[in-house]
Amino acid sequence: MSDVQVTAKNGVNVEALLGAREALTEAPEAAKFVWRAESEWQGGTHTQSNIEGFFGLGEEQNHVREFSHDTDHPEIFASEDKGSTPVEFVLVGLAGCLTAGIASVAQNRNIQLNSVKATIEAPMDIQGILGIDGDVRNGFDSIKVKYVIDADATEEEIAALVAQSQKRSAVFDIITNPTNVNVEVNK
Amino acid sequence: MITRIIDRVRFAGTTDVVVIGAGHAGLAASYFLNEQSIDHVVLERGEVANSWRNERWDSLKLLTPNWQSRLPGFSYSGDDPDGFMSMPEVINFIEDYARFSGAPVRTQTTVMSVSKVSDGYRVVTDKGTWKTKAVVLASGACNTASVPKVAQSVPSHVAQLTPPDYRNPEQVEEGGVLVVGASASGLQLADELQRAGHDVTIAAGEHVRIPRMYRGHDIQFWMDRTGIMNERYDEIDDIVRARGLPSPQLVGSHEVGLLDINYLASNGAKITGRLMGMNNGAAQFSGSLRNVCALADLKMNRLLDAIDQWVLRNSVLCDAPQRFDATEIDESPALTLDLDGQNIRTIVWAIGYRPDYSWLDVPVLDRKGRLTHDGGVVDAPGMYVLGLPMMRRRKSSFIHGIEDDARELMSHLASYLHRPNRRDDQYEVGQNPAHVNVAA
Repeated sequence: MSDVQVTAKNGVNVEALLGAREALTEAPEAAKFVWRAESEWQGGTHTQSNIEGFFGLGEEQNHVREFSHDTDHPEIFASEDKGSTPVEFVLVGLAGCLTAGIASVAQNRNIQLNSVKATIEAPMDIQGILGIDGDVRNGFDSIKVKYVIDADATEEEIAALVAQSQKRSAVFDIITNPTNVNVEVNK
Repeated sequence: MITRIIDRVRFAGTTDVVVIGAGHAGLAASYFLNEQSIDHVVLERGEVANSWRNERWDSLKLLTPNWQSRLPGFSYSGDDPDGFMSMPEVINFIEDYARFSGAPVRTQTTVMSVSKVSDGYRVVTDKGTWKTKAVVLASGACNTASVPKVAQSVPSHVAQLTPPDYRNPEQVEEGGVLVVGASASGLQLADELQRAGHDVTIAAGEHVRIPRMYRGHDIQFWMDRTGIMNERYDEIDDIVRARGLPSPQLVGSHEVGLLDINYLASNGAKITGRLMGMNNGAAQFSGSLRNVCALADLKMNRLLDAIDQWVLRNSVLCDAPQRFDATEIDESPALTLDLDGQNIRTIVWAIGYRPDYSWLDVPVLDRKGRLTHDGGVVDAPGMYVLGLPMMRRRKSSFIHGIEDDARELMSHLASYLHRPNRRDDQYEVGQNPAHVNVAA
């Protein structure tokens, strides 16, 4: 092993991730996380959601600070547009998750990323949410993600990064697979 | 009833090694035990090659060509080296091997339990109880077809089948079939049922796509020559993941170039994502189909690249390199399938197989029910396993792959038997004697 090995610098601590993977294989209980958000109606269609704590590694955890997110609807919906629409937040989640995955996989495969840009488009027929046509679903018809990636790697290696990232992405899974949702009121 | 209980309690004998299963793996173990004159017995619940007789569909052929069918001291001697054995031919081959090797097989002897006793194991069978110093588990990797939890939510009027239950299309009711799983079993059954006139839908999760032939040779020729099949378990990056990989999309025939999603779809099959749920009689599929196909295409091309590089390095004369069409997926594959609405009468679960260790009363299974072993040396003194996928090498679960594994493990077993003061207490709790010298 006298070759000079160039190590990619993508700012992802892969050793820590691999270490966590190994540790959690031995202690699967610690791998059970709970993510949380709290929200409060601000009037109109404006809601503010706050994120601070979550549960993981067997105990309560905190972000370094509280994050606050506003959701609203645009003016053409007769709203005041005080934040992105909730459906756009879904796209934010998908972009954030897939791109984090790409960076992690690239680091693990020692591939230097120079730039990673994504454009996401999700067509939706709002006849669904407006209750005009019961055959039209409320959600997206589909989602199209277009990545433009500049990396020190072949086209196939870059394609493999993006494929592997989808395979391991939580948000990709949440969107592509059914999840039971239980909503309770005043309990 | 009483006589049956007496049969079990009755003492059958004492031996050094009990081998469980008289398939190719158990017989190969017996060959090396004979070679070292180690006293042993091979217990078989049915006849030699029992699973090949009773748990395979009629049209199935081996996925490896005849020239590759070899067992310790024995190889294929027919006149069709590039052909693929049918099940009767496999049974004959293994029967011939049992005769050739003179293995001490006790047929029609079902193992009811294996438990630890001082200085060895007690093996209770329906024909009496054996006392032995060592045990070789050669009972197969595919005893049980996996069926997902969601099967419980399938409406009762829809028939459910697994590959071990399936024999031929005649047993499948007229109407549509949903095949869950796109590996060798799933695609072979889907192809056969489609040819028999059924409308077929295939729910495809992660899969491994490889061509039968490449650059003028069978893919097994390349896997063998390039050394890929010989890669050892302790050289593979993530062995747990590797051991869980689905079997490649192959069929023992040269009739179809690639038995893949493109081929099945071109013959009319509907392709959907992985089956994720069953809700009010409708199947729900994952929206990840495009990505699982992209992963399989990328992986196949990496394998072909590796073969091409090997050909170049070794200046081998063969046909020119070739790349196959990417898997074609509809713009919007179906996310739900109303079983009654689409007249789906049968669901075939072809998502994989598991070994059955329900009779093993020794604490050697992990929380997922998998055997804890290091390259076949089980985490219990004097216990060994053979024939599991990627157990010691990539070829471990293939007929030709058993020889190297069995030789090394039976030699490990011999040194275990010959060890002075062979007692359990010489090992720390949880420590496997294998770690001392298993790396052969």
